[in-house]
Amino acid sequence: MIDIGLGHYLTLGAIIFTIGIIGIFLNRKNIIVILMSIELILLAVNINLVSFSIYLNDISGQVFTLFILTVAAAEAAIGLAIIVVYFRNSGTIRVEEIDKLKG
Amino acid sequence: MINLSLVFPEIFLSLSIMFLLILGVFKKNSSKLIQNTSLIVLLITAAITFNETLLIQQTYLFNNSVIIDYFSSFMKIVTLIASFLVLSISYNYIKIFKISKIEYPILILSSVLGMMVMISSNDLIVFYMGLELQSLALYVLASFNRDQLKSSEAGLKYFVLSALSSGLLLYGCSLIYGFAGSTNFDIIATQLNSSEYALTFGIVFILVGLAFKISAVPFHMWAPDVYEGSPTSVTLFFAIVPKIAALTVFIRFLYIPFLNLIDQWQMILVFISIASMLLGAIAAIGQTNLKRLIAYSSISHVGYALAGLATGSNDGIQSSVIYITIYILMNLGLFSCLLMLKRNDEYYEEIGDLSGLSKNHPLLSLSLLIILFSLAGIPPLAGFFAKFYIFKSVVEQSMYFLAIVGLLSTVVAAFYYLRIIKIMYFDKEKEKFDTDHSLWLRFSLIFSTLLILIYFIFPSQLIEVISRINII
Repeated sequence: MIDIGLGHYLTLGAIIFTIGIIGIFLNRKNIIVILMSIELILLAVNINLVSFSIYLNDISGQVFTLFILTVAAAEAAIGLAIIVVYFRNSGTIRVEEIDKLKG
Repeated sequence: MINLSLVFPEIFLSLSIMFLLILGVFKKNSSKLIQNTSLIVLLITAAITFNETLLIQQTYLFNNSVIIDYFSSFMKIVTLIASFLVLSISYNYIKIFKISKIEYPILILSSVLGMMVMISSNDLIVFYMGLELQSLALYVLASFNRDQLKSSEAGLKYFVLSALSSGLLLYGCSLIYGFAGSTNFDIIATQLNSSEYALTFGIVFILVGLAFKISAVPFHMWAPDVYEGSPTSVTLFFAIVPKIAALTVFIRFLYIPFLNLIDQWQMILVFISIASMLLGAIAAIGQTNLKRLIAYSSISHVGYALAGLATGSNDGIQSSVIYITIYILMNLGLFSCLLMLKRNDEYYEEIGDLSGLSKNHPLLSLSLLIILFSLAGIPPLAGFFAKFYIFKSVVEQSMYFLAIVGLLSTVVAAFYYLRIIKIMYFDKEKEKFDTDHSLWLRFSLIFSTLLILIYFIFPSQLIEVISRINII
């Protein structure tokens, strides 16, 4: 059996974080996918913080995680509201059609 | 025993926000009332900050997670006064666009509260909470004109990119927490071990997030779109107020926990600063929309402010603070002019609309001329002195390359400011604009123009106030 240590958790966090970033940049279809990618990034941070908190035997990492969870919920709520407003005006939420502002 | 009187400004502001929200819900058609009350609340908060905390010795509160000192009090007062002026001159605009709802001033107040928390933060958690409180209010403000496609698109773009940058910043926070063992800035400073590469990664991630908030190159791509799309009154807010808080956090973050790692972040800051100055100057040349042009000009101004930070000296910090103060003044004047370009309840924001302005509105174009000259950095106006202090502190640290690039990009930037002046004075005149401006709009234009004009007579006043800022 392998001992699962801090390094494994950090690797997991880094992988999820990278998936989140790539999801934002490679996605050409739907804005909802971008919202999901942002959630992934925040969850990767949470994994990092919790594992550091256990490793350092220090509670403040877990407190930080709770704050991040709350903020992530608020952010998703506002993001969805903005997407609804945008959909009402333009009738689409396809990423490649969001190009009214440029220059 | 915690001395709570030091956080009275924040407590008062948050209680007022809740009170105004309840008032707005239960009283019909109260948008004007709430607008005026919010203005008074901002003034009272500034007065409390001035009274309670400005002259206090450096004090830590709440397990050292909040710091109250001269620097934070000064920046808070600047933020509050700037947002007071912004809110007061934007009332006519939001009324004409039919977005004068009760939420507008309340959202501005809550983002100001977030900035005040950011300014006094001495801990990664407090810093993150302040940053998010500010950004969440700004997302909604950017898409406030919700029946207009442009405004909602601006909000959407700002939301996606800003949430991404918050994610990067948080990842940096988690790395720093893990490898320094604490979220407190002072403890991080004592635990630093410069051979740890993960810490450098953490600093880079956090710098990316902060550079995004302050719209520095290479994380500037949201600024022109968001500035153009959101309502002008919100653009005004975006261009002025968040920059103060973000710069303060930039200074605190680099100079309190990571001063010993200066070799590792100095090159990054020099790069960001040079890239912002150059890109801001060059990309603005081709713009036809005034709001987009202001976005690029603010990118290049942020580059100068960061050049002062890159020096790693106390003089550099002070010159950056002076720069951002004068920048606020100039942008306030510029936007007051922009808000005066109104004909029959329709606002104009193309450069072509300024053509021949001097024939119909000699006073307006004269003050616009002064403001543009000052933005371009032509002596003896205030903008020249702001750049002069920056270059002085940069040259003192013998960073000649940075100073030379800065000077060159000033020359390039002068081109597009002068082009506006040429269009204003020498092109064919168009129809007259309305002249029934509100008292506050006139006041803020006259106030900022006069201060820019007569700054050179008493430069020592501002320098004296700012020379009391000692971070290192």
